[in-house]
Amino acid sequence: MTDATPAPAPPTSDGEVTTGSRDLQRLVASSDAIATESHAIVVTDLNKHYGDYHALRDINLSIPGGSLTALLGPSGSGKSTLLRAVAGLEVPDGGTVVIGGEDVTFIPPQSREIGFVFQHYAAFKHLNVRDNVGFGPSIRKQPKAEINRRVDELLEIVGLAGYQERYPTQLSGGQRQRMALARALAVQPKVLLLDEPFGALDAKVREDLRQWLRGLQSETGVTTVLVTHDQEEALDVADHIAVLAEGRIEQWGSPREVYDQPTNDFVKSFLGPTARLRGVLVRPHDLVLSHEAVGDAVPVTVERVVHLGFEVRVELLDPDHGPLAAQTTRGEAARLDLQIGQRVYVRTGQAPAA
Amino acid sequence: MSTATPDRVGSRVGPSRRSQLTLRTIALTYLGLLVAVPIVLIIFRTFENGIGAFVDSITTPAAISALQLSLLIVAIVVPLNVIFGIATALALVRGRFRGRGIVQAIVDLPFAVSPIVVGASLILLWGADGWFGFVDEAGFRVIFALPGMVLATIFVTLPFVVREVEPVLHEIGEEQEQAAATLGASRWQTFWRITLPAIRWGLTYGVVLTVARALGEFGAVIMVSAGVAGESQTLTLLVHSRYIDDHNTYGAYAASTLLMILAIITLLLMTVLDRKRHSS
Repeated sequence: MTDATPAPAPPTSDGEVTTGSRDLQRLVASSDAIATESHAIVVTDLNKHYGDYHALRDINLSIPGGSLTALLGPSGSGKSTLLRAVAGLEVPDGGTVVIGGEDVTFIPPQSREIGFVFQHYAAFKHLNVRDNVGFGPSIRKQPKAEINRRVDELLEIVGLAGYQERYPTQLSGGQRQRMALARALAVQPKVLLLDEPFGALDAKVREDLRQWLRGLQSETGVTTVLVTHDQEEALDVADHIAVLAEGRIEQWGSPREVYDQPTNDFVKSFLGPTARLRGVLVRPHDLVLSHEAVGDAVPVTVERVVHLGFEVRVELLDPDHGPLAAQTTRGEAARLDLQIGQRVYVRTGQAPAA
Repeated sequence: MSTATPDRVGSRVGPSRRSQLTLRTIALTYLGLLVAVPIVLIIFRTFENGIGAFVDSITTPAAISALQLSLLIVAIVVPLNVIFGIATALALVRGRFRGRGIVQAIVDLPFAVSPIVVGASLILLWGADGWFGFVDEAGFRVIFALPGMVLATIFVTLPFVVREVEPVLHEIGEEQEQAAATLGASRWQTFWRITLPAIRWGLTYGVVLTVARALGEFGAVIMVSAGVAGESQTLTLLVHSRYIDDHNTYGAYAASTLLMILAIITLLLMTVLDRKRHSS
């Protein structure tokens, strides 16, 4: 009944982890899904208009096989449209989509061998959990006994063992989304596409579920693309992040790259808190405070000191450029012994991004 | 609103208990006088001479023929309305085409147009002097025959399935259908396995309304029926002719009761069928 995260792999009696995870790979992924080489998804010059609105602008993207990639951006950035174009649920105006080496641009979603998970679950309300998860295999006319066995195994994996006869309305949001995930995995997809899968869930459930998804993805090795507007979620689970804005990919890279070396101010401000020091966008935790004027340090006044557990946020006022906030540790704050109204000097501790 | 918390009724939030009771009394009296009393009265008149008289009156050759004709029209009209009603509702909800507003208006037209006008326009169109008069001249009778009565009944019952299915389609949205597509289901498979089960309640209700209206239609049908007893009379026409032409008041009551019994059977059957399918 709870949304506590189940272990990604079912406990195996012999306890041999490698065997277990190889079984899991065999179970949920088709053989070519574990593409250790090359790219599982290649998108070239993709464009999409809705009337006058240019939703996707010359999108080029190569997603390595077996990875978990996040498409991150604010609403209206085109991230969902891009994912739906990969799935075949949107028809692009131009460009190509290649999945597993095959050009699928003009192939309908039915034949793309994908698994798709929707933000609002898209559970088949008139079917119970067993028939929901078994929908794909039953369309493929697999024998009933085989479908049942497979559904049981998948429900075990997603932590819904024993829920076979329940109907979607009898499940919590987190359970419904895990059922949707099992349903998508049941067809042994080449790629797994998740459209804001945790967006409709409570914060706690969301965090548990994304850790669980990360574990499941590592175990199964299915190439996974996740759409999210939550930068913390993207940084937490993804191997690669594509940051989108206004239909363009602003940056592509590992979580560390996009966080530490953002290519522009948009990416920097979207991936975490920022402060502006003399016109330059910096991370609050990169600001160093001192009582002495060293180098190019800027004189500011302490307006407020907020203790947030381990972190301390110091709100400052630059008389020439307005307010900014620095983030420091408890120890550092204690050492500086900051007083409200005090004059201190602030500079960037690390080289600001170009 | 709630009677569960009588201590709070009469506070400033809701109407007082007194005004609530008054309101209910007025509503029930209104319903009773206008709906219940006439129906009860007809049933009372039908059975005041015993069941035997009723059975005799509805088993005359004319009555049996009327019953059969009414059921035949229903059997033709319902499948056609189901197929075209679902197709129209799907087009209106899922389709992006010009002139949707016009289609919406056309679907509602039968609600607005008097049935007798429908009958008259069918005669104009299909009658010997009408646009499609050549069909009649070729020997296929439309007007004053079964095809005309079917056309008239389709016209007046057209909106029911569309208008009952449409909001359900809106409510379920497209995501379940898209999910089915990503899982490999063809459009046809998606329709049978996902869309149709999802709209079954709306469809059921639309069919019940269609059956009830098809059985009860009078104005449009009387215009295009030859009106021969035992041949081209529906149950409603039988009620009319017994009362007006034959001055057989009792026969008219009995036929009316038969009509009502059919309507109730329809309602019950649909409820039972759907419950069965839902639990299986």
